[in-house]
Amino acid sequence: MRRLTWFNTTALTLGFAFLYLPMIILIIYSFNESKLVTVWAGFSTKWYGELLGNEAFLSAAWVTLKVAVFSSTLATILGTLGALVLVRAGRFPGRTLFSGMIYAPLVMPEVITGLSLLLLFIGIGLDRGVFTIVLAHTTFSMCFVSVVVSSRLVSFDRSLEEAALDLGCSPMEAFRLVTLPIIAPAVISGWLLAFTLSLDDLVIASFTAGPSATTLPMKIWSSVRLGVSPEINALSTLMIGIVAIGVISASLITKRAALRQEAEERAAVQA
Amino acid sequence: MGQTVFEPWNDPDAKPLIQFKNVTKRFGDFVAIDNQSFDIYEQEFFALLGPSGCGKTTMMRMLAGFETPTEGTILLGGQDIAPIPPNKRAVNMMFQSYALFPHLSIWENIAFGLKRDNMPKDKIDARVAEMLKLTRLEQFAKRKPHQCSGGQRQRVALARSLAKAPKLLLLDEPLGALDAKLRQDTQFELMDIQEKTGTTFVIVTHDQEEAMTVASRVAVMDHGKIIQADTPARIYEMPNSAYVADFIGDVTIISGTATPAGDGYDIAFAEGQPILHAKSDIQLAKAQSCHLAIRPEKVAITAEKPADAANALQGKILDIAYLGNLSTYHVELANGQVVKSQTANTRRLSRRSFTWEDEVWLSWTDTAGVLLKE
Repeated sequence: MRRLTWFNTTALTLGFAFLYLPMIILIIYSFNESKLVTVWAGFSTKWYGELLGNEAFLSAAWVTLKVAVFSSTLATILGTLGALVLVRAGRFPGRTLFSGMIYAPLVMPEVITGLSLLLLFIGIGLDRGVFTIVLAHTTFSMCFVSVVVSSRLVSFDRSLEEAALDLGCSPMEAFRLVTLPIIAPAVISGWLLAFTLSLDDLVIASFTAGPSATTLPMKIWSSVRLGVSPEINALSTLMIGIVAIGVISASLITKRAALRQEAEERAAVQA
Repeated sequence: MGQTVFEPWNDPDAKPLIQFKNVTKRFGDFVAIDNQSFDIYEQEFFALLGPSGCGKTTMMRMLAGFETPTEGTILLGGQDIAPIPPNKRAVNMMFQSYALFPHLSIWENIAFGLKRDNMPKDKIDARVAEMLKLTRLEQFAKRKPHQCSGGQRQRVALARSLAKAPKLLLLDEPLGALDAKLRQDTQFELMDIQEKTGTTFVIVTHDQEEAMTVASRVAVMDHGKIIQADTPARIYEMPNSAYVADFIGDVTIISGTATPAGDGYDIAFAEGQPILHAKSDIQLAKAQSCHLAIRPEKVAITAEKPADAANALQGKILDIAYLGNLSTYHVELANGQVVKSQTANTRRLSRRSFTWEDEVWLSWTDTAGVLLKE
């Protein structure tokens, strides 16, 4: 191991501080006894207790979860199909237009996406609520899924599908039994990405949500405008915890799978 | 007691398994297969041989059902296979990349096709066990493809494609990924398995030695056309064109003009060089240009002019290619023409008689060379 020089140590410390200091402060103050956010008055978990009793926050959390699950699932299905067409279909009239359009939401300002969806929903007379948020989130997150899945499909050996057809699969069976299991990791990470995007989206949800549905980011944002309460800190700490657990376990699973494969390959060479 | 020779292509009553009838395949403007008609018979080991881009892979993919002919028909057992999708054909293919399913074990890979046929479980078990035994993979059944060596993967791919007992097995460069030693062993193994199962094999390869070793008939292809389809021995000894002679094995091609003489021709090829003699059945007019193709092993190399050789030329040794068991001498004649001569190295190196720059005589009989039309 190379030793860290003072320069490296400083750069590392500053970098991590830049990234994590705000979160650490937020977490510390979520255990503050005082109602005033900036004044430390001793350790307490009472804001977590109050949070559990807050109907508005809990219902917002429930709405957010529903929206995230439905929209990410829908986006994964549509995004995967889009990726298949983009990678597989070869040349067809309008291919360039289609591939440009599928990636457009990646660079489109959220305000514009949100506004245009709002106008559409009003135009077709759709009542705004959970359903419209799901539609909106699906629209903007499916392109992320399609980017992730198509990068996997590009390196996918087509002869695997041909082999499946050759051995008696219908094209649908070949997709279900061969293609899907092999690209599954990309599809799952696409789903996770869409889920996370939906979970923390504020702008698009604000445009497309009706009075009947409020997501957690919207709720947090509106409460903060009336002043930051320690309850919000507690809620944010919980979200950080959930995300951290998710990310860490996902990377652990990937790493263990890689290690196991390496060990198996070594065993095969020795055999 | 004489064994019956396996030569269904010479039997007018034999019914071919596969018939290509005026098959043309175009990709846009590119003609991949150019109006080809030929037959493949049951239990044949048929090799499609040619350089890359000659259309041999397209030919195979049309049999598998991944491409359809632009014109013409392909019959399998008398039935037009154009409308039949790949999953309904009694044809299986072994892919160049093996295309083993990485998420399935060796056992599941081999059972994959059988499960699609809704075969009862005990029958699947028995058939997979039989395939594992045939390809000597019994102890690897539970492994995943990435836990196997290249040779083992090759055998899994073969077992998987044979499991459904297809009428026809297609092999796309099956040994391309193996090293030379393993490839030789596997060639004999393939022939053995082909004989045991009685399946018709069609192999695509660019390796002429491989085609010659395994095949009952070899079709030499170039630019979407089969130039010659015949047994390995006839392809080698009686090539029908300079292309085939040159593609298969080592050869010296001397171009000249022919004059009928006796039951053959006299060939004049350069001023100041002796007239060559070759016996041949082909019809050439007087002074028609022609090629004489001579295999290096049929050319003798001597220090003195041989007394009664039909053809004898003098030259200087330009190069010696030492192959261990054989040496090929490249001898340059006075007019610049290079003629190759090959001798077996029956003696050790220090006892060898010729070296670079030596003046030598080359000689061959009047039946050694093959006379070819321009």
